[in-house]
Amino acid sequence: MADPRIALERITKTYGGHQALADVSLQIAAGEFVALVGASGSGKTTLLKTINGLIKPDSGEVRIEGESVGDLTPHLLRRRIGYVFQEVGLFPHLTVAENIGITPKLLGWDKARRAVRAAELLDLVALPQEMGGRFPAALSGGQQQRVGVARALAAEPHIVLMDEPFGALDPLTRDSLGDDYRALHERLNLSTVMVTHDMTEALLLADRIVVVADGRLIADGTPQALAASTDPAVAALLAAPRRQAERLRARLGETA
Amino acid sequence: MSPQVEAAFARLPEYLAWHVLLSASALGLGLLISLPLAVAASRNRHIRWPVLAGASLIQTIPSLALLALFFPLLLVISAASEDLLGYGFSALGFLPALLALTLYSMLPIVRNGTTGILSVSPAIIQAAEGVGMTPRQRLLQVELPLAAPVIMAGVRTAAVWTIGAATLSTPVGQTSLGNYIFSGLQTENWVLVLFGCGASALLAMVTDQLLGLIEAGAAKRDIRRAAIGAAGILIGIIVALTPLISFGKPASYVVGAKNFSEQYILAEMMAERIEDLGGEARMKEDLGSAIAYRALASGELDVYVDYSGTLWANVLNREDNPGREAVLEELTTELAERDGVLVLGSLGFENAYALAMRQDRATALGIESLDDLARRSGGLTMGGDLEFFARPEWTAINEAYGFDFRARRSYQPTFMFRAVTSGDVDVISAFSSDGRIAADNLVTLADPRQALPPYDAVVLIAPDRVNDARLLAALRPLIGAISVEAMRDANYSVDRDVDKLRPVEAARSLSQTLGLD
Repeated sequence: MADPRIALERITKTYGGHQALADVSLQIAAGEFVALVGASGSGKTTLLKTINGLIKPDSGEVRIEGESVGDLTPHLLRRRIGYVFQEVGLFPHLTVAENIGITPKLLGWDKARRAVRAAELLDLVALPQEMGGRFPAALSGGQQQRVGVARALAAEPHIVLMDEPFGALDPLTRDSLGDDYRALHERLNLSTVMVTHDMTEALLLADRIVVVADGRLIADGTPQALAASTDPAVAALLAAPRRQAERLRARLGETA
Repeated sequence: MSPQVEAAFARLPEYLAWHVLLSASALGLGLLISLPLAVAASRNRHIRWPVLAGASLIQTIPSLALLALFFPLLLVISAASEDLLGYGFSALGFLPALLALTLYSMLPIVRNGTTGILSVSPAIIQAAEGVGMTPRQRLLQVELPLAAPVIMAGVRTAAVWTIGAATLSTPVGQTSLGNYIFSGLQTENWVLVLFGCGASALLAMVTDQLLGLIEAGAAKRDIRRAAIGAAGILIGIIVALTPLISFGKPASYVVGAKNFSEQYILAEMMAERIEDLGGEARMKEDLGSAIAYRALASGELDVYVDYSGTLWANVLNREDNPGREAVLEELTTELAERDGVLVLGSLGFENAYALAMRQDRATALGIESLDDLARRSGGLTMGGDLEFFARPEWTAINEAYGFDFRARRSYQPTFMFRAVTSGDVDVISAFSSDGRIAADNLVTLADPRQALPPYDAVVLIAPDRVNDARLLAALRPLIGAISVEAMRDANYSVDRDVDKLRPVEAARSLSQTLGLD
């Protein structure tokens, strides 16, 4: 069997006296969409950042497509991995097209190739072409995050890391962007790791949900497997979306 | 146009060129040093405080003092380099001015640079790392472009400060627009002072506006506007510097002058005589008293006039007073032995420190000598020129007569005379050859204990010029030729309020009077 796209082996990370990650191992295959779920401070973001080398683990090994991250130059590794996060972080002094083309530019693509790629990606994330010439400040929050996704995908990565990517968006935008991304994920055969504290979002988008608590993985499985779990902590995490769904059904049923 | 303004305009190309060259070099050097410092300070918390505190500390040093401090420092370094490497460099003029102004320009650039880089939002930094930038790419492609408007605002502040402070480089021997201001202050030529201030203010304003274009261009990502600003600055510098191509060539003789009328007149006179014999002469005016001798000894100046008592006390550090002839004789041998400086001879008059009072006030109080003054000093206020109370002469007369003045005040010489005539102070430190003593109805007080050393005006020649036949031939006729009355009249013709002569005119008229032309 081929190497998994991402392999974490016995990762530990300590900040001061606080153990952020305790002996975590995780393998993610090509095409998988994994959600890392947990409360604030559970260690899920730390785990995500060890994958693209933004955080260096104290011990353990991270392998990307069979190569140990410790042997790779950090900035070269990051050019191979898409990264989307809540604050988006578009460069305000660059146009939308220049933002999308930044990683290809760092990789040495010529101008014409970057322009073609930026146009493709605007289509891919369902933004009009003329938006390419605008500056980020002229875009709505949802449009900005679409550009963020386009920027992450520009250099044709196999892996995309997302840190609360849709957290700051209004529910409608969040829904449509989530669905659109899920479609892209399948079309491009990506491996996506998404950090979220929103179990509903995880259940709706991911193939596999990994629950993180106090720096450990306490559950790992498909949404259906998680629903059947008897672990009280996992059950508690699922209780909220269940209750929400029941209340919605009840109220919508009443008014219907 | 009045002849004064006309004369001022005639010197503008030279003064402006030096001013622009000095300010632009200092600002450029300041940027080269400050930007890396700002980057380092923004990267490393531990050096941030020392760097910013250091830059602030430099700013608290008055700019005139900072400029003056570089002269002795460079002298030491130059001497060390001469010992070690076999060649020294000029410690006077451009270099100390450049270094002091460079330091002076740093604070706004370092501070704005650090703030600008640190104010780039953490999300942008995270994105820069996430897309795979190296730290260097992050700095050049993200942080510096985003901080550019803030940095440019700092550069504008630095530019205005530097252009303003550059006027203060005149006393360390660097020509600048400050030459108008310093000469004007000395000779009470307010037109000249205003002209200098106006020219430097105008230069600062134009520079500020052009840099403002670059700043706005950076903020609005409008390359065209920034380019217009940059081109304006560049063209301005080139145009301003063109006169230097002709002025810049080294003159064969450098004639020094301290910062008062008599010195300007004598320097003009010596320069003209050198040129009459086919030499080329350039003036370095407004030198500080302590700087002038060292500049001559190190060869920065070829010739200037100093006073025996000043050299006796400040250069030889002597406190005794063996009498006029003995002082002159000993100076001649000691300066020759110690520094290789030639004392060509006395011009024939003394410009001694003398305490002076208003005639009516002295009569009313019954004061004729310093002994009389000491008895009444408890109720009187003493005014001195800026250096008098720090000079050994003051210590000497104070010890000899035991003064106990109610108050002491220091003035620029011009204002000191105003202060005594208006009654703000009762007695001042004057010079015996000053034309204003007679003109303002002042009397000088006798020194029965001979506490003040003699002050014969002597011509000093730099060590490498002592055998220069042309120079000696040009200056020898001046020895013993100038009476104190003739000098006093010439000084007054420059210092008086109405119908003032320029130093060069006074020099010509003095030569004519003495039959030296």
